[in-house]
Amino acid sequence: MRAPAGGASPERGFGRRPPWMLVLPALVGLGFLVLPPAGLLLRAPWSTLGTRLADPRVLEALRLSLLTATAATGVCLVLGVPLAWVLARVPFPGARLVRALVTVPLVLPPVVGGVALLLVLGRRGLVGQWLDAAFGVTLPFTTAGVVLAQTFVAMPFLVISVEGALRAADLRYEEAAATLGATRWTVFRRVTLPLVAPGVLAGAVLCWARALGEFGATITFAGSFPGRTETMPLAVYLALETDPEAAVVLSLVLLAVSVLVLTALRDRWLDVA
Amino acid sequence: MVERVRTRIAALVLAAVTALALAGCGDVEDGDASAGAERGGRTLTVFAAASLTETFTSLGEAFEAAHPGVTVRFGFGGSSTLAQQIVQGAPADVFAAASTATMKTVADRGAASGQPRIFARNRLVIAVAKDAAGKVTSLRDLAGRDLKVVLCAEQAPCGDAAGKALRAGGVRVEPVSREKDVKAVLTKVRMGEADAGLVYRTDVRAASGQVTGVEFPESAEAGNDYPIAVLAEAPQPELAREFVRLVLSGQGRTVLAQAGFEAP
Repeated sequence: MRAPAGGASPERGFGRRPPWMLVLPALVGLGFLVLPPAGLLLRAPWSTLGTRLADPRVLEALRLSLLTATAATGVCLVLGVPLAWVLARVPFPGARLVRALVTVPLVLPPVVGGVALLLVLGRRGLVGQWLDAAFGVTLPFTTAGVVLAQTFVAMPFLVISVEGALRAADLRYEEAAATLGATRWTVFRRVTLPLVAPGVLAGAVLCWARALGEFGATITFAGSFPGRTETMPLAVYLALETDPEAAVVLSLVLLAVSVLVLTALRDRWLDVA
Repeated sequence: MVERVRTRIAALVLAAVTALALAGCGDVEDGDASAGAERGGRTLTVFAAASLTETFTSLGEAFEAAHPGVTVRFGFGGSSTLAQQIVQGAPADVFAAASTATMKTVADRGAASGQPRIFARNRLVIAVAKDAAGKVTSLRDLAGRDLKVVLCAEQAPCGDAAGKALRAGGVRVEPVSREKDVKAVLTKVRMGEADAGLVYRTDVRAASGQVTGVEFPESAEAGNDYPIAVLAEAPQPELAREFVRLVLSGQGRTVLAQAGFEAP
């Protein structure tokens, strides 16, 4: 759809040298992003890698991380896509303020997010004490608590990405569907959603990656216990205290898994688009 | 498009406001430090275990009062985290740890100058949340199924001490969480998220009335010695030695005893 607009420029720039004012900072930027992870690879204790990976706590933390990050992404999709749609398609007073509020978790230090979650959903929290009294449900120190903390910090990534896609999408398709008698729900399901699918996928990937790396809100709200709330980033932090080599191994595992999943998704997504 | 730009601006403004609010306290300190530097003042940097926050802050004030032009800056945190930072070359003058094992990791790398000196002992107590007051009167009560107990991670000195005390009492506890340091345990109990936790006696004193402290005899098996040392790479070795002398002096003992520390 967007091909005709962008089609001409690559031809025009072809054969010319890219300007050094762009290439130089690009290279510095690339180095800055790539060198620290490369450092992990260089300093990894390769000789003891096998025995360290066999530690059941590593697998436990990895399993928990993958499970919670995926669950959090699921919650983000179910709640975030409709939120993005409302922000992009339904004009209402104060929309600008709401949009700014949605991005608050992005700028909030995650530890502060964790405290905020405790104050609302903790056992003595505004909503939490009611949950405890009515259903006997307490969220801190549970795996569900980890998912909540991750959802809180990751959802803005999804909402912003999907909202951007919705605003860029051609409204005429939706209008055409509506004139043919489709309800707004049908239009959303059959026209809008397929149209913005790449945006949703990109948002979900960002969301998953952010949830996987989540540390501050998790340790504050959900605490840390092996197999229940101790995700990979928490395990890395605790290992760093006494056994930096173990922390490097754990980081490598997290790095390898996330790169693997993200490239797999990316290839798939590029095929679709 | 305009709307999106505006959203971004709003987000940026929010970010800036948050950053400023958070940096608020730090700014004041930096201001003091630079003002001190202009007058030819010096800055002493002390890394100390989280459980020393209150006592060392007040000793720092006393030190500044006795040494005009000198600013004392503290880095409080988990002992093992601080030890890691020192070994990695953090520019600190003095290190006070909550356990001799942690100090040893610094001394073994040659990062301490001279022999570390023990200046205080701390004891574990059970911190009990307001709502759970009366439910816990001994270490054995922590094994209760319906009780939410938090402990320090095994890697932290307080977790190590908790393990010793529980073994000494023959009590098996299923904690809901193993926190990164002792202050995190205290916070969870203070906020009522957990019913009880094992913390130092000094932490309960510092939480003045928000949690109840329950002493238990098994804590005799799990005392923590607090060593202090001037660091080998100290930018201010003179001031560092004087600060250590203050901590070991009668005045230092008094401040520490008031907070609930025992003399070594």
